[in-house]
Amino acid sequence: MVERRPLLQAAAHLVLILGVLIVAFPVWLAIVASTHPQEAFQTGLIPVWPGSHAVENYSAMLGQGLSNLGAPPLGGMLWNSLVMALVIACGKIAISITSAFAIVYFRFRFRMLAFWCIFITLMLPVEVRILPTFKVAADLRMLNSYAGLTIPLIASATATFLFRQVFLTIPDELMEAARIDGAGPMRFFTDILIPLSRTNIAALFVILFIYGWNQYLWPLLITTDEGYYTIVAGIKRMAEAVDAIPVWNYVMAAAVLAMLPPVAVVILMQRVFVKGLIETEK
Amino acid sequence: MKRAVFRNRLLPWVLLAPQLAVTFVFFLWPAAQAGWQSFLREDAFGLKTTFVGLANYSRLLDDGEYLNAVGVTAVFSVSVAVLGMSVALLLALAVDRMVTTARGYTTLLVWPYAVAPAIAGLLWWFIFNPTIGLMPHVLGLMGIDWDHSLNGNQAMILVVIAAAWKQISYNFLFFVAGLQSIPASLREAAAIDGAGPFRRFLTITFPLLAPTSFFLLVVNTVYALFDTFPVIDATTEGGPAQATNILVYKVYVDGFLGLNLGSSAAQSVVLMAVVVALTVVQFRYVERRVEY
Repeated sequence: MVERRPLLQAAAHLVLILGVLIVAFPVWLAIVASTHPQEAFQTGLIPVWPGSHAVENYSAMLGQGLSNLGAPPLGGMLWNSLVMALVIACGKIAISITSAFAIVYFRFRFRMLAFWCIFITLMLPVEVRILPTFKVAADLRMLNSYAGLTIPLIASATATFLFRQVFLTIPDELMEAARIDGAGPMRFFTDILIPLSRTNIAALFVILFIYGWNQYLWPLLITTDEGYYTIVAGIKRMAEAVDAIPVWNYVMAAAVLAMLPPVAVVILMQRVFVKGLIETEK
Repeated sequence: MKRAVFRNRLLPWVLLAPQLAVTFVFFLWPAAQAGWQSFLREDAFGLKTTFVGLANYSRLLDDGEYLNAVGVTAVFSVSVAVLGMSVALLLALAVDRMVTTARGYTTLLVWPYAVAPAIAGLLWWFIFNPTIGLMPHVLGLMGIDWDHSLNGNQAMILVVIAAAWKQISYNFLFFVAGLQSIPASLREAAAIDGAGPFRRFLTITFPLLAPTSFFLLVVNTVYALFDTFPVIDATTEGGPAQATNILVYKVYVDGFLGLNLGSSAAQSVVLMAVVVALTVVQFRYVERRVEY
């Protein structure tokens, strides 16, 4: 801060408080809606203050779900989302760190070609090539399976670049010293490179966990068996049912449960996450 | 470039194999198929496929719905980027003045990053629900009749708000980082020369934030073009009367629901060209940012 300006300082506080309120407003309404009985939504206005049916609504959604409306219990969907997010996050980190290791620490023919193949994936988001990718997954019999939910999304140019960047800043002397001490490439990788990139792995894990948890289009296409629905994609099917019967209390309870894990990860690991986000995008 | 390297020949390929396999099977091969498919046309029963050259592309140019989607996408992406970035910049400037409370405010502002776009859409859909929603009620008191299922402009406003809301925290974090990297001495010198806070913002802070702003503009455009599919699908589904039918949504509708494979593939190829262009812009700019 350069000088004291009480008025400007007060205005800044006001802006921030308004910002925090606007940002929290939709989520507040969702939490409130999830604590009311169904009758609260049949007439008039949505409630803005919490009601008394929180326990009933959440236990109903986790227990039997909206079976009469074609939506399975949330417990299974939350589990599927967790599996998907964890496999995608760990998988992306694992295959990217080994790729970066190969590209930085080895000289071999077609090294640049391999690098460019990975680079190109940045330019091919799922949304753009859904139909042929879906066909490939169907031909490989990956529909309605955890493999189908995760493997097609597991390649990561961003993570590979991040690790490449990290490895390039590690002094050459470390590798020479390791070699003099008789360490082979894999020994050097597991004993030196992985420990040195620990903080980057943690930051990347937060970002990729959120990425995996929040996937929407791909799980929607690849799953038709409700045993494999993920919660974010499953909510759409639930909201469609709501158009007929207003069970907003249940839908909003599901939305709150779907938001909770990734939001908790961001808040608990805020420092790592913020640092990681800004470094990954550089 | 490393001076010291390992000499193994097979090992690097083993290390690269998983990444390259996934890339080839699920990225390059489908993209190539989309490219090939865009030159073909199937008859109505899917029995016969003929090579039609660039006909699918030239059809797109004559297709009113497609041209409409291009316009809708332009309005949508510009609005999402401008709204999301200006709100975030305002919040970042305010946080930059805080000393002891900055961290607390940041925590309260970053968490929407973790909310799925589909959920963001659902939440705003709930707020703007014409029969029971809070906003239509408030707007009704002001004499505005809100029904986004009938009014195209209102539907557009809804999806823009939902998409921008989710992006505020991301933009905010980058603006805060950008502001922190501006040396305090510059602002102090200007203050000693008698420049007030607004003058300093216009002549020092804003120009020095240009690299951050440009980077965010590219990222937000990519976000609005591709990652907002769930927002549209969870709220308006492209309607009413195609008023919110952005290009990625149209690829999906034409390909998956309409089964118009040739046209959908041609649209995919056009979108890929857009991503390639944006990626090139982004990476050229990153090269320059180093000098800054």
